[in-house]
Amino acid sequence: MKSYLLKRFLYSVITLFIIVSATFLLMQLLPGTPYSNAEKLTESQRAILDAKYGLDKPVAVQYITYIGNLLQGDLGYSFQYQGRTVMSMIGDRVGPSAFIGLQGLVFGTIIGLILGIVSALRHNTWLDYTSVTLAVLGMSIPSFVFAALMQYYIGVKLGWLPVALWENYWSTIMPSLALSVTVTATVARFIRSEMLEVLGQDYVTTARAKGLNESGVIWKHVIRNALIPVVTMLGPLAVSIMTGTLVIEKIFGVPGLGEQFTLSILVLDYSVIMGITLFYSALFIAVVFIVDVLYGFLDPRIDLKGGSQA
Amino acid sequence: MDTKWVKRFMLPAAAMLMLAGCNFSDSGGKSSEGSDKEGAEGDGSKAQTIILSESSDIPTMDSTKAHDAIAFNVLNNINEGLYRQNESNDVELAGAEKHDKSDDEITHTFTLRDQKWSNGDPVTAHDYEYSWKRVMREAGPYNYMLVTAGIKNAEKIMNEEADADELGIKAIDDKTLEVTLEAPNPLFETLLAFATFLPQNEKFVEEQGDQYALEAENVLSNGPFKFTSWQQEQGWTLEKNEDYWDADSVKIDKAEFLVIKDPQSGANLYETNKVDRVKLTSSLVDQYKDNDGFTNEKASGTVFLRFNHNNEALANVNIRRAITEAIDREGLTDVILKDGSVPLYGAVPEGFYTSPEGTDFRELNGDVTKGTPEEAKEAWEKGLKEIGADSLTVSINMADTDEMKKVGEYLQAQLEDNLPGFKLELKAVPFAQRLEIEKAIEYDLSLSTWGPDYADPMTYLDMWVKGSSANRMDYHNPKLDELVADARTDTDLSHRYETLLEIEKVLLEEDAAIAPLYQRGNSYLTRPSIKNLVIHPAGADISLKWTSVE
Repeated sequence: MKSYLLKRFLYSVITLFIIVSATFLLMQLLPGTPYSNAEKLTESQRAILDAKYGLDKPVAVQYITYIGNLLQGDLGYSFQYQGRTVMSMIGDRVGPSAFIGLQGLVFGTIIGLILGIVSALRHNTWLDYTSVTLAVLGMSIPSFVFAALMQYYIGVKLGWLPVALWENYWSTIMPSLALSVTVTATVARFIRSEMLEVLGQDYVTTARAKGLNESGVIWKHVIRNALIPVVTMLGPLAVSIMTGTLVIEKIFGVPGLGEQFTLSILVLDYSVIMGITLFYSALFIAVVFIVDVLYGFLDPRIDLKGGSQA
Repeated sequence: MDTKWVKRFMLPAAAMLMLAGCNFSDSGGKSSEGSDKEGAEGDGSKAQTIILSESSDIPTMDSTKAHDAIAFNVLNNINEGLYRQNESNDVELAGAEKHDKSDDEITHTFTLRDQKWSNGDPVTAHDYEYSWKRVMREAGPYNYMLVTAGIKNAEKIMNEEADADELGIKAIDDKTLEVTLEAPNPLFETLLAFATFLPQNEKFVEEQGDQYALEAENVLSNGPFKFTSWQQEQGWTLEKNEDYWDADSVKIDKAEFLVIKDPQSGANLYETNKVDRVKLTSSLVDQYKDNDGFTNEKASGTVFLRFNHNNEALANVNIRRAITEAIDREGLTDVILKDGSVPLYGAVPEGFYTSPEGTDFRELNGDVTKGTPEEAKEAWEKGLKEIGADSLTVSINMADTDEMKKVGEYLQAQLEDNLPGFKLELKAVPFAQRLEIEKAIEYDLSLSTWGPDYADPMTYLDMWVKGSSANRMDYHNPKLDELVADARTDTDLSHRYETLLEIEKVLLEEDAAIAPLYQRGNSYLTRPSIKNLVIHPAGADISLKWTSVE
């Protein structure tokens, strides 16, 4: 168990290092400069600025300097937001992103589970068809379309929730709901097929034959077993939510990280691009890691010791 | 671990922590419309509160490092330099109450007004000396504005040939500031209204260190408004500065700015009275053009075609003239763009730059590049004969934005229709790439944009002299160079304006050196109750000093 965790952790660190290196090199290929008034600068002014920020040095030297600073926990300063450290920018903006993301995941999982379970238990009835249709719609329509529709009908027409901006808890609901659409659809579809599969298993028949009442069978044997694969889905879903926030944050005016990421790429804010890429990658790797470990706990058939007992 | 304990305490605690990390603004803002009934003491007057919007956060509040219109907008309203842009876009004395010039107009002596920083310190001549030298020392993004202003040694310092302390500015005493120029400069006063020339309180800046200007409390005001709150990525608040010397002119008590990045969301917020002014994109114009608050406002940016004057065919003036005259600009702005842009038939846009006698530049010079399809065809045939060809294929270097792609496709259709044998290949690349290609002059035609550095026609004209970093097409006419050199030091303003008009004629009438296409415009939804929101062409976009709610 311990050695498995250690090995996975080492892999994670190596993956992160490769991502950082690749991003750093790819970024050098982007045309332009991080100076917002590049159009007005003369060649000599630009050379002076490049020297000031160390951008005149060979890429290899810049890379080594960056990695050196990174190892000391220094992500550098933003070009666009003069005087702000990348660390403080991430710190300020991660809260709102994380909140709507996690809330979206919770909303999506709950609604998805309900839809999925109902349609499996009422297999081939109108309830089943409705929820399957909803799931297909949720998968195929991008979340920003839902966001725009909700903003107009719930926000402007009905006035039930704030149209946008980040004023209080009510401001978080529509962004979270918009983000949860994909999650809802995926979870619903998944749990439905898992349930149907488990319902046909021998042990379910056995449980029923033993005379357990139906709700006991469903709760204890069917849902619990069907839930296991859902846990593995949550990892990739969490990631899809992270990327979804890029657009959703813009629409609802959420002061989050996603919007900052797009902006930093557009204005070539090198240190911010690196910082946020690093942050997202680390988060992604951590989620995958946690899901792997959780999976081992939930399903005794998976052996974390790497099959040494086999 | 006991799962019940987790459920009872850990989860709620985690949720509380998450909420605490959210930085809600809870401004509870009400627009001027929403606050109809909040009139002061029930006398029927409206509360002087407005809510405006910006498309992104303020990059920096440090005037020496500010580099975009959003920062300039705030700085212009909370701070004040020696001069300020007024309602008619002329400059007037502001932080200085007197401006004396030596006979040769090299030495300028300013007597400062009694003004206070928001921490109570007086604004002194030392504050100006400190901040201008700081711009040079820190290589601020707009340090070249001090060079354009012609301040002594600024160019040498910028090129690292002299020390920032050698800059031609000196505080004689607390109230007297002496500025020395390299040569007389008719633009000097105009430039002084720019944010880079604002004063900074040395003691405060040094005390704050690397925290300076990062939060509202780390910024000092000395202008019509105070900067009272700033929530990153969400918005900021300006409140009337009662200590301001001209506080009687200031009507607005409070102006809130919201960061609204999505234009559709902005329009929805406008409809629900959460904001009083939002910018519309062209896709939203049709939907809102019948709204009471819909306005089109001219902007000072221009869009034009650069010709590569090294290209054999494009070096021919008749070919260039044919291309210039073959494009129907009304169709472009009214049918294709629909975003408030207007056709442009000169290098200098309309509506911002008037002669010393008060007439608009465009009115004086007229539609220099306007022609008919027939004239275009005539020039085209003549040009082709001169270069000994019967057809021409060129490519156009352009940014891959929605706007530019639309324009590029329109140009292709227009030019290929109106000029027999003309073929245009579109080469859309990212904006930064477009600029690099342009700087290397590796294109045939380039779809270019220009925004003014300062509020004077010169900013659209002196870029075409030989060797200018903005020329980028190897255009050279010694006559134009000479006229620009004259205008740069000509302190007889009426005569200078004549020269500026002449420069544009040389550039366009004689040489057809570029093909102006349109003057940018913006569509807005603005609450009709807001009066006198002053729009400027350069530096800051707006002044709230004279704004009111009726």
